[in-house]
Amino acid sequence: MTHLSNEELILHYYGEAEDPAPVDRHLDECQECRAVYGSLERVLNVMEALPVPERSAGYGAQVWRRLESHLPIRTRFRFWTSPVRWAAAGVAVATLLVAAFLAGRYYPAARGPVRMAADPQAQERILRLAVGDYLDRSQMVLIELANASPRAGLDISSEQERAANLLIENRLYRQTALQTGDAVVAGVLEELERVLLEISHAPSLLEPAQVDDLRRRLRAEGILFRIRVLGSTVRNQDEHKL
Amino acid sequence: MLTASEARSLINSRMELADQAAIERARSGDADAFRVLVERHSRALFRLAFRMTGSESDAEDVVQETFLRAYRQLGKFDERASFGTWLYRIATNYSLDLMRARIRRSEQSPGLDPGADDPVLSARSGDPAPDRLALSGEMRKHLAAAMDELSAAERTAFVLRHFEGMSIEEVGRMLGCQPGAAKHSVFRAVQKLRRALEPLVSTAK
Repeated sequence: MTHLSNEELILHYYGEAEDPAPVDRHLDECQECRAVYGSLERVLNVMEALPVPERSAGYGAQVWRRLESHLPIRTRFRFWTSPVRWAAAGVAVATLLVAAFLAGRYYPAARGPVRMAADPQAQERILRLAVGDYLDRSQMVLIELANASPRAGLDISSEQERAANLLIENRLYRQTALQTGDAVVAGVLEELERVLLEISHAPSLLEPAQVDDLRRRLRAEGILFRIRVLGSTVRNQDEHKL
Repeated sequence: MLTASEARSLINSRMELADQAAIERARSGDADAFRVLVERHSRALFRLAFRMTGSESDAEDVVQETFLRAYRQLGKFDERASFGTWLYRIATNYSLDLMRARIRRSEQSPGLDPGADDPVLSARSGDPAPDRLALSGEMRKHLAAAMDELSAAERTAFVLRHFEGMSIEEVGRMLGCQPGAAKHSVFRAVQKLRRALEPLVSTAK
């Protein structure tokens, strides 16, 4: 009887034998080859246990942070390292202060606008309100996608447009949270930013399988739950301070 | 019911579709689109690079350098190809360069401790699989040591065939060699691993 060569056994193990049926038949009949194949299987199976250090779901974001400064990125995208950042942040702060001014002027329970603008606690409250509102709007977009029917294809261009707008706000709030040392808020906003980025850069027309994939990922990552918890924390803080 | 390779190919084709839109935008200078690609592929690249180099710091280096090279060469990327495979090719080539440089360095400085960056000691798994738990630390050291005995080409071909599930033909394309050469690298790697590990695996039964 001609025995199987090591090469034939290796190809058989990896499912690359040109014709596996005769190899299987031979292994059934030949004890010697079966023993060699068994030993090969044990060695190759044990290789699966070769350890690889774990990298968290946020690893990609860490790589990006390290990479960003080395890339010749166009100015409009180097938002946080360009003067545009400060202009945008200024606009955002101004918007919040105008909102505070109007609230103070037309809402009887509110305090005077000048005091509110100068009072750090009031500013913090305005920011909390804005973040709460932002989280609600982000949650709406994600819920719509998480509840989309996987049976039909889906046009997500309107959700993408909203996600792209939310991204700009997200960066402002995340940066603020980082500056104020609020790691929990910054962490959730970073995760949300990653999800919004994925959505805004996905194809506009999703196949049923892609809709299903997106729904499952949104559920598996638990981002909706974390947004809900953060939103409720922000609102509770606000109520306690009133 | 899908086979493992059919499921893998379905996942890959979905990922490729999602990559296409991002690549198109990244090519027009949209850094956010490139960030999406980085976030999508970093973990898989790290696993590949770690298995190839056996060193955590080298693997980090490979991931970063792969994306830098990919960004610079994005204009040359053929849209009909898979972006993931293209990244793997860049990472594989750079890992080979690193491994060969390391061999040259150790030849020039034989006093250096080759186990200083031991993958077994540096590996930190938060959720070990049952088979990993079943293996003693001693056995895992032997696995890593057996991998270290492979030449750069053998190790690369074995990692791509065994861990990444590429066919021998794909391994050949990835390494820029004939399938016959890739096949022999895999054979040699498996034979060396068998010689090193068979006595241990048999006694561990």
